[in-house]
Amino acid sequence: MKKISLSSILSQLLLLFFVIIWIIPTFGLFISSLRDKDLLAISGWWTALTTTEINEIYRMSGMESQIEEDGYFKIKGTLFEDNSGKKIESFGINSKKINEFKIGDIAIFKDESEVILDENGNYEWRSKSEFQKKKGKRLFTTSLSPPSFTFENYREVLFKEGIGRAFVNTMAVALPSTLIPLIICSFFAYSLTWMRFYGRDTLLAIIIASLVVPLQMSLIPILTIYNDFGALFGVAAKSYPGVWMAHTGFGLASTTFLLRNFLKSLPNEMMEAAKVDGASHYDIFLRIIIPLSIPAFASIFILQFLWCWNDLLVGLVFLDQVPSEIILTAKLKELLGSRGENWEILTTGAFVSMTVPLFIFFALQRFFIRGLVAGSVKG
Amino acid sequence: MTILNLLFIVFLGILFFIAYFHISNYLLDSYGGKSVKRYNFENSIRVIVFIAPAFIVLFVFILYPVFETIRLSFYDKFGREFVGLYNYKWAVNDPEFRRSILNNLVWLLVVPTLSTFFGLVIANLADRIWWGSIAKSIIFMPMAISFVGAGVIWKFIYEYRGPDNTQIGLLNAIIVSLGYEPQAWLTIPIWNNFFLMAIMIWIQTGLALVIFSAALRSIPKEMLEAARIDGASELKIFFSIIIPYLEQTILVIWTLITIIVLRIFDIIFAMTNGEWQTGVLANLMYDWMFRGGGDSGRGSVLAIVIMIGVIPILAWNLYKHRQEQKI
Repeated sequence: MKKISLSSILSQLLLLFFVIIWIIPTFGLFISSLRDKDLLAISGWWTALTTTEINEIYRMSGMESQIEEDGYFKIKGTLFEDNSGKKIESFGINSKKINEFKIGDIAIFKDESEVILDENGNYEWRSKSEFQKKKGKRLFTTSLSPPSFTFENYREVLFKEGIGRAFVNTMAVALPSTLIPLIICSFFAYSLTWMRFYGRDTLLAIIIASLVVPLQMSLIPILTIYNDFGALFGVAAKSYPGVWMAHTGFGLASTTFLLRNFLKSLPNEMMEAAKVDGASHYDIFLRIIIPLSIPAFASIFILQFLWCWNDLLVGLVFLDQVPSEIILTAKLKELLGSRGENWEILTTGAFVSMTVPLFIFFALQRFFIRGLVAGSVKG
Repeated sequence: MTILNLLFIVFLGILFFIAYFHISNYLLDSYGGKSVKRYNFENSIRVIVFIAPAFIVLFVFILYPVFETIRLSFYDKFGREFVGLYNYKWAVNDPEFRRSILNNLVWLLVVPTLSTFFGLVIANLADRIWWGSIAKSIIFMPMAISFVGAGVIWKFIYEYRGPDNTQIGLLNAIIVSLGYEPQAWLTIPIWNNFFLMAIMIWIQTGLALVIFSAALRSIPKEMLEAARIDGASELKIFFSIIIPYLEQTILVIWTLITIIVLRIFDIIFAMTNGEWQTGVLANLMYDWMFRGGGDSGRGSVLAIVIMIGVIPILAWNLYKHRQEQKI
């Protein structure tokens, strides 16, 4: 008994270890996307989970905001514009001694003006003589920042950085690129399974061979065709229909293969009976095949949709990299290159691009797994 | 193009294919069936109606390009003049090509093997633990994410700051807290390849995991129980029963991941763009498709080299298909 429980504990620990390793990267990104963008670039995401000490420099307001009160000239204001929940521990007026004063101390500048500060960053700066300078003096603060999260990054990214539009573009690529192969391949798979014609077996062998042909084999010739086509008819060589058809081409073999495997498993008698009753192939297809194939369609739809949604290469080669055509993955890659230091845009953009796959993943995991297990083989 | 226009053409594009099938079949239905002659004619036309769109797409996007790419590999950069084996000779002597093919081979050796191994181990562990299905979900999740998204995620692991700064990358933060110097992981030749491979393994293990999980259920429970009653340890059961039983599945998963890895492009393109000696064939090919106005000859040679990698798998698939047809 003892031996069994020990091995069970060991395997639990081992599995826990794997789970932690696997989830940490995604978790880190998620936390990062919810952090304040200034903090994001100066401290690791794991620090956001606990209270941290941060050192900052602020400048008080200048002469315009001074008022006269109780025989003093006073400037009142707050250092923290945003309501971040930071609490000041200590502060200084000199960059060499940034921890000189505690909250409640009165700090006196060289010009004999004095400042008091509370922990929320509200200050009162007063002087016997009138303030003369347009810019206020600097304060160095050391404050404790509690874990704080914000959706600000998401707002900025969705509407300002073109990620929102890229999201729409990706949808406009992925949806037809999934439905078109599903439509034409279901007819194709039907005829490969239930119709007799010359060359059927050869066609099937071609499909099986095409399953593993890498899409790199097609890129150059298709790009040439598109360029020639565009030049001939005076239309853009790179366009949405072009991408749809490219995705259809690259997904055709696997979609057909999976559908045919499914259709083959349906009982032959059902088709024969319908045929005897005078149903045409189209009737059979609409009334019998489609209702029976819904689960298979769902699996294949998810596989192909995720493939198109997550694709980078096809979108890069067959679409112009302009705001009205760029897809999310290409946009992210662009941000990685040009704004690699704007972490808030990068993390949030990445998370936006994952929303749809993650939704599908959590809501439709069963179909997704079934499709993969049925043998997703894709060139 | 405005969003409204975009929606409109998406709608139109999908409608086009539905309309094609519906109208042509409707016409055939109303024409045929009235006499034997008409019935036969209707049936042969129907085959064409059903097959034509898929066949045209198959021809234009797969069959023709395969032969065209082979042809182009013997032509100059514009595809106009026959140059014989010039492009192939270039490839053999090109240090970038050699580097890429070496990297590709290492990828092919490491990623499918480790993904399959981890997938098998985790599937086996999760099968026996009550929270196993949650664990499986978590490990499977990266499968749903794009390679570029995964790249961004892992940027937070590998990020490097100078030794005087606070490290915001997890790996460097750990290294520094242990008292070592921080490293710019992705720029250390040879090792950086393995850091990139880790991303791919992180993704593909999920694929192996779900397929193994399904396959594990097919192992007869009695066999495992008998072994346990006889006092076999879990480790012994794993090596003596489970692995031999899943041999076929292991092979299938291994080939599946091999095919995916062979054309790996996105991760390297997003993370290093092939710099610091991390390039692979697909990246080099993409590069040559556009470098200096594009060189279709060299690009085609690179595509063909990738294709050669899948030919054994292709032959094996066809052989298996033949066997199935005979039954």
